[in-house]
Amino acid sequence: MGSFGNKVAKFWEMFYENGGYTKVLTGLQNTVIIAVVGLAIGIVIGTLIAIVEVVPKYKKLPKVLDSFCRFYVGLFRGTPVVVQLLVAYYVLLPLIGLNLPSLHVCVLVFGLNSGAYVSEIMRSGILSVDTGQMEAGRALGLSYRVTMMKIIIPQAVKNILPTMGNEFITLIKETSVVSFVGAADLYVAFNYIGTNSYEFMVPYLVMALIYIVLVVLIALMIKVMERRLRLSDRRT
Amino acid sequence: MIDVRNLTKNYGQLEVLKDITTTIHEGEKIAIIGPSGSGKSTFLRCLNCMEDPTGGSIIFNGVDISDFSVDINVHRRHMGMVFQQFNLFNNKTVLDNIMLAPITIAMQNLRKQQFKRFINKIRNLVAIEKRPLDEITTTPAQIRQAARENAMNLLKRIGLEDKATVYPSTLSGGQKQRIAIIRALAMNPKVMLFDEPTSSLDPEMVGEVLDLIKKLVEDGMTMVIVTHEMGFAREVATRVFFMDEGIILEDDTPERIFTSPQNPRTKNFLAKVL
Ligand SMILES: Nc1ncnc2c1ncn2[C@@H]1O[C@H](COP(=O)(O)OP(=O)(O)O)[C@@H](O)[C@H]1O
Ligand SMILES: [Mg+2]
Repeated sequence: MGSFGNKVAKFWEMFYENGGYTKVLTGLQNTVIIAVVGLAIGIVIGTLIAIVEVVPKYKKLPKVLDSFCRFYVGLFRGTPVVVQLLVAYYVLLPLIGLNLPSLHVCVLVFGLNSGAYVSEIMRSGILSVDTGQMEAGRALGLSYRVTMMKIIIPQAVKNILPTMGNEFITLIKETSVVSFVGAADLYVAFNYIGTNSYEFMVPYLVMALIYIVLVVLIALMIKVMERRLRLSDRRT
Repeated sequence: MIDVRNLTKNYGQLEVLKDITTTIHEGEKIAIIGPSGSGKSTFLRCLNCMEDPTGGSIIFNGVDISDFSVDINVHRRHMGMVFQQFNLFNNKTVLDNIMLAPITIAMQNLRKQQFKRFINKIRNLVAIEKRPLDEITTTPAQIRQAARENAMNLLKRIGLEDKATVYPSTLSGGQKQRIAIIRALAMNPKVMLFDEPTSSLDPEMVGEVLDLIKKLVEDGMTMVIVTHEMGFAREVATRVFFMDEGIILEDDTPERIFTSPQNPRTKNFLAKVL
């Protein structure tokens, strides 16, 4: 026990007195930025892909669009996100001669990646909305697009909110690999503390705790949002 | 008003409608009866091209709306449709259900006007011959106000004005269907199409919906109604279609259909349901 107390003291010295906490805060911030902005990008891309997939055949969308979406989803679901990060950062960017900060690359890759997953979630959400809703909109003379945007998508989003919350949690956890391309996340911060205090047990323990707290908080937020939405259904 | 010319509809190999030709005149109230699976719903849904005909054409007020080059949305606005399953928008309050289409469409028209005016303005800057600018007489606020007033009046008419702000999930089937009917009326349709409007209602709610439809009949609305309520069909229809196996087997006055049907299949059907 004495040795554990010693470890905690070492950690605290590095974390607090030597300013390690600023790195932790930066790491936390980056983790949240990558997950939040990534999910936002993912929702936009995912919704677009889902729409391409559910638009009826007679609408005559160009075939390439459909093929492209399928290729895209296959590509991003078929490879680990670490590989996508590495390829984007060390292969694609140098090839096109672009020099982006690694945080931006991470946001982009996680956005593109979650787009592929969100598209599947969104598609099932759209298909879960009763077909009568589309029929009613069209029968009133509203266009396919307007009915989709005002009637179908809002209901789809509500149906998939829990699944979308899981996707966000997954994203938060998956961001723990961004140090592969030099982005400073929680792992980088605690690794720094560990390396400089020659003691890794407590830093990694605290890191695990932070992830757990983050995930629990998000799960709570989703619960609240769901309850709100359900209330709006029953308001009299 | 609606000319149906050689209408056919196939689902793959299945021929659901077989060469139907008929005319629905202004002011007529047509009841469509017939056994399940005979194509009644499909016929009704072809009238506003919710189903695209496989062959033939639907002429609505002189326009062939089954032609893919016409903007079907514009014509559907003049044809109200009421479904067996009500299909109120679950994510909208009762009032928003009624106002959505009128507001959306008025706003689209306003934006079109504004765009045209804007283009003409730009053009007038350089052109020698100036074009007159159309006055834009409405504002979005006025559009919303008018739609709201109209919706509230319709709700008052069916005695449900106190339900304006609730969501459909809190309503009874009869209330839902009556709101679905006035939602269609809010577009000022020239004809109303009903597909078994009372078939998914509890028996005690059938009356309130039929009463509302009767009011429309008294107002002189043109309507086509697929129904299993034979008493109602007999009472309000000016013409009855008996459909069987994808054709209108008998097309006559309710009096004659119900008292002296000509076709043995009509006789058979009526014997079963009456
Ligand atoms: N979307 C569809 N796809 C395939 N078959 C259909 C479809 N809609 C209707 N049918 C078939 O067409 C026939 C007529 O259906 P319908 O018009 O609904 O009959 P009714 O309303 O008189 O009961 C039925 O055999 C039905 O199975
Ligand atoms: Mg039917």
